[in-house]
Parts: sequence; C-alpha cells; structure tokens
Amino acid sequence: MLYDGFMASGKAAELGRKCVEMRLRNLEMVDVAGSGHYGPAFSVVEILVSLYYDFLRVRPEEPEWPERDRFVLSKGHAVSALYPVLADLGYFDGSVLDTFTRLGSSLGDHPDMKKVPGIDFSSGSLGHGLSIGAGMAEALRLQGRDSRVVVLVGDGELDEGQIWEAAGYAAHRGLGSLLAIVDANRVSVDGGVDEVLALEPLDRKWEAFGWCTERVDGHDLDALLAAYARFDDRRRGSEGRPTALIADTVAGRGVEFIEGMAEWHVGYFHGEDRERAEASIRAMYALDGEAG
Amino acid sequence: MTRELPPGLQRNRTDLRSPRSFDHVGRDAGSEGLVTGTVLADLADADERIVAACADLKYVTRMSLFEVRHPDRFFQFGIAERNMLTAAAGMASCGLIPYVATFACFSGILGYEAIRTDHAYPNLPVRVIATHAGIGMGFFGTSHHATEDISALRAVAGLTILSPPDPAGTESLLRSTVELPGPIYFRLGRGRDRRVYDAPPERYGPGSPPRVVVEGSDVLVVSTGTMVGECAEAARRLAAENGVSPTVLDVHTLKPFDAEAVAEHAARHRVVVAVEEHNIEGGLGTLVCEAVAEAGAAVPVRKHGLRDEFALIGPPTHLYSYYGLDPGGIATVVRRAADESPGPLWTDDDRKQVLDAYAARA
Repeated sequence: MLYDGFMASGKAAELGRKCVEMRLRNLEMVDVAGSGHYGPAFSVVEILVSLYYDFLRVRPEEPEWPERDRFVLSKGHAVSALYPVLADLGYFDGSVLDTFTRLGSSLGDHPDMKKVPGIDFSSGSLGHGLSIGAGMAEALRLQGRDSRVVVLVGDGELDEGQIWEAAGYAAHRGLGSLLAIVDANRVSVDGGVDEVLALEPLDRKWEAFGWCTERVDGHDLDALLAAYARFDDRRRGSEGRPTALIADTVAGRGVEFIEGMAEWHVGYFHGEDRERAEASIRAMYALDGEAG
Repeated sequence: MTRELPPGLQRNRTDLRSPRSFDHVGRDAGSEGLVTGTVLADLADADERIVAACADLKYVTRMSLFEVRHPDRFFQFGIAERNMLTAAAGMASCGLIPYVATFACFSGILGYEAIRTDHAYPNLPVRVIATHAGIGMGFFGTSHHATEDISALRAVAGLTILSPPDPAGTESLLRSTVELPGPIYFRLGRGRDRRVYDAPPERYGPGSPPRVVVEGSDVLVVSTGTMVGECAEAARRLAAENGVSPTVLDVHTLKPFDAEAVAEHAARHRVVVAVEEHNIEGGLGTLVCEAVAEAGAAVPVRKHGLRDEFALIGPPTHLYSYYGLDPGGIATVVRRAADESPGPLWTDDDRKQVLDAYAARA
C-alpha cells in the first residue's frame, strides 16, 4: 500500500490516490498520442479530482440529467487530465482512453461535447468558457434549477479580453451559482505568464469586477474542498456574487523535472524520461510529505 | 446627464417622413420593418424556451419590443458581442433557444469565431439576428457595413443562413425555424425594405426552393434579402417597357443553398444576373456560378454588387444608387446583360454620374 500513512484526512487520502492514478493514466494516453499537454494538465489534477469526486452533482449513468451541475473546461488543452476522471466515473469505458487522439477517436486534445459523454461544452479556443458558464447560469436560473456552474480557466487564458466581458456580465447579473477557478500555474506557451503578459494582481482584478475572490493552494485537496463549501454557502445565502477561486498551482505538477517549465506545455516522455516521470508521480505525495 | 439645449432648439429635428432625412439611422426610428422583436415575443408567449439578447442595440434592432413583453427572458449584455454570442451557446446547451440581435458587422463579422466554434461546431440552436447587413448603415462607414458575411459564413459547416426580403418574409422564416436543431444566421436589412410579400409566405425557408417573385422569360435575376424588392421593382419597370422580361428569384435560404433549383431556373433563361448587397467575391453570385457550373448548364452568369471594394460613405439610398443597387440601376444592369454587354454591367461612369447628380443637388 504505497500511499498509506502520509495523508492526514481519510477523504484527502482517497482523493490523493485518485490524483496519482489519473496522472499515471494521463501518461499512458500521451504514450499513445506521442504528444501531450503534460504541464497544463498536471496542474489541474487536484482541482478536477476534488470537483468530480466530492463536489459536482452529476450522474455518469445519465450524462444529460437536466438538474446536474455544469462543468466547463475552458482551458480545453488540459482535457487529458479530465478524460481519465470521466472514464473512472463511468461516463465511458476506460478502453476508450487508449484511442486518445487516434484517427476517428472521440477523444481529441480538446474536448468535444458531441462526442464525449460528460463534457458539458466543447472548448479549445481560449477565453470562451466563462461566457459559456455565464449563459448556463442564466439559463439554469431562468429554469428554476438549483444547479451550480463551475468554469476552469487558465491564468494565461485571462489575457483574452472576452474573459473580462463575461466577468463584468456575471457580476452585474448577480450569477451567484457561478464559480470560476483560475488555474494559476504561472506559465503559458512562450514563457512565464508574467513575462508574456503580466496578470497580477489577479485577486484584486476579480474583486474589482465584483466577484467574491479567494486564493488557495490548488494542489491542497482539503483547501480546495473547503473553498468549494464556502462558495456553496454563499450561493445558498443568495449573496448574488459569482466566486473566483484563484488556485495557485505548479505546471507539470508531479513530474519533478518539468515542474514550472513553459517548455513542457506540450511534450512527450520516452525512454528513461518516461520511467522517471512515472516514479516521480508515484512518489509525489510521499515526497512532499503533504496531506493533500 | 443630458446637456441642456439653448431655448428654441429641439432635441430631435429629424422628420422621419421627409425625403431629405429619410436616411436617418438611430434608435428605432424608421425601422418598422424589423419585426423580429414582435414576432419572437408572440412565439415566446407559447414557448418558454425562447429568450432574446442584445448588446446595447435593443432599440435600433427593435428587440426592445421583446423585452417589454418578456422582461425576464431578455438579456442585456452591454457592448460585449463576443460574450453575448458565446453566452447564448451556453444558454442553448441548457435547453433554451436564444435569439441574439445586433448589427451584421458586429455578429457575422466580429462574432465569426463564436458562430463557427460555439454555435455551429456543437450544433446548438442559437439564432443570430444580424440587422443592417450590407451597406444599410450608410455613412456610418465601413466599420458598420457587412459586405463579407455571406462569403465568410457560408464556409461554416452546419450553419443555416436565411435572408428574407421584407417583414412578412422575416416573420415566415422566424416562425418556421423555431424547432431547427442547429444554428441560424438571419441576415436582415435595416427595416425599410421594399415590401415583397403581403402576408408571410408558406413553403418558405430551409427545404423549400427559392421563390419566383416575378415571372419572366429571358433574363433570370437571382437575388436575396433587401435586394429582392429592388429587383422586383426593376423587373416591373423593364416589363412595362416591353423590352426585357426578367424572372426574379428570392433566395430566402443562402445555406443550405438549393443549387439544383437555381440551375434549373438558369437553364430556362438566356442569361443570369445575380444581384446582392455584398461583395461579389464569394457571395450570392458565386453560389449561382457554382450551381450553374455544377449542373453543366450553358448559360452565362453575371455578378452585380460590390466589386471587391469597401463602399463609399453616404446616406444609404445614395449608396444604393451609386452602386446600381436601386431599381433604376438594376434595370440598367439587367438590360445590359440581356444585350450581352461585355465588361462590368455597372461601370465607373455610371457611378460617377450618380455622384455628380447628388453633388449638383446639394
């Protein structure tokens, strides 16, 4: 039992195990593809696992259930971290993962809602997801549904102006059921986010747009779950403000030798690197001595 | 705050009925033909999926008439068209049928990616109400014209492009397409179009062939949108002269384009003229050329519209004269086509004459 003994709480331990499992499955998928978004996918694993295994109200056996919570992966290039989660939950058979990116596969490097059960909206062109989420939140409110809408955006993605159109709109319209999680992994394709186009102070920007803003360690499962719970409390309290959760993360988290490196936005491990990557992932929680 | 005006000065001095100010563009003044808001409000009475949105142009698109009747189902997005177009896709994914209205320049052109990636790729029932297409915005200039939207949007897989000529045509298309599963781009004018139909036509829209609005024998005039009424008027004038006898076709559905029907009509005529308020590169004329060529019909096709250029500035009616897109100009063009004139059917000299005539009047 490799992971026993270093997790503080039972829930976080269980989720931490899932995080390792999902990263390993991701490695296998990229083995098939020959190219993958390791960096931006590995930075969101804890976020996705905590959302799907402990927060979102969804029915994998009934993907179109109208009352479900909605999840929009606005940074669609991280979907190789999401497919294993959806397969694990039973949205589709795990063997489909082995077709990732192959000719005619339903699983591309960006998600397609018409092809993949469990994907609430197609993405890939950055900057659209928050508008999608705002539209969903409007529709669900109009329909009198209790559903929550979670949108995961990248920090580099915040360069896109449309994000701020949607941010202004959601606050103006009091879309309290909308949760935007910013994966602040601090790198984009050409380099560090602050080097490419400075974004800080991120929290003050969201606040200035009228959002309730929190900042957490995006790899701390307990902290993430607590933040979702606070969001939900505010939502039930009808505060009417959307929430921005800025999750400070590390690109490539879990594979020590690529962590924080823009060069690994897209890449491919083979030979010795592949073995080192797997060993690093298997050891990540133990190495950090973290409770998750 | 509104500025105080000196005593004796009226705030709005535009007389909407006077010919001199007929080209006024602003608020909803003079755009009675934009019936979308009213028709949608009627439909929404019985269908709770129908919602509407605007980006700070609810009066000029006349969607304010929807808001008055269904305030809870009207969404004001401010001057943020990208957000509106994409958010509408989010709404549609939850079961609503959103109708989002703004000028064609700020939807078909500014919003091209949203229409392609967020509406068409997921095949969602989002309806874009694109008003003031073509050069209907007149002296507002090229930023406000949309003379490329047909060519750009026809390449978007799965998109339906509808282009009614008048209020009755618009009403018919709106009513018959509510249940269409995929996205629709409604290419509309500025609501002052010449009337073509007395009542909403039946068997009209996707799946129905282009409609013959004037029966003739020698020249086939293929047109769409606001130009249909102008072509029909031109055809009537020509018929009265006892010279040329044009047939005028209303292509209400640009995509999917009924190429077979158009080619069949073409084969029964001596020459085809395609008339459009759009660039002739990639627009209606191109669709007609493709249809005729694919069918192997031996009939020449002449394209009439903007010749790969940005339009001049001017009041809309003056621009239509300048580009030969009013009944007089179209009649000349059709007559020349019938005479097998080589070169452009509407020449630089023709344009200059219009320019000089307006200069002399001023």
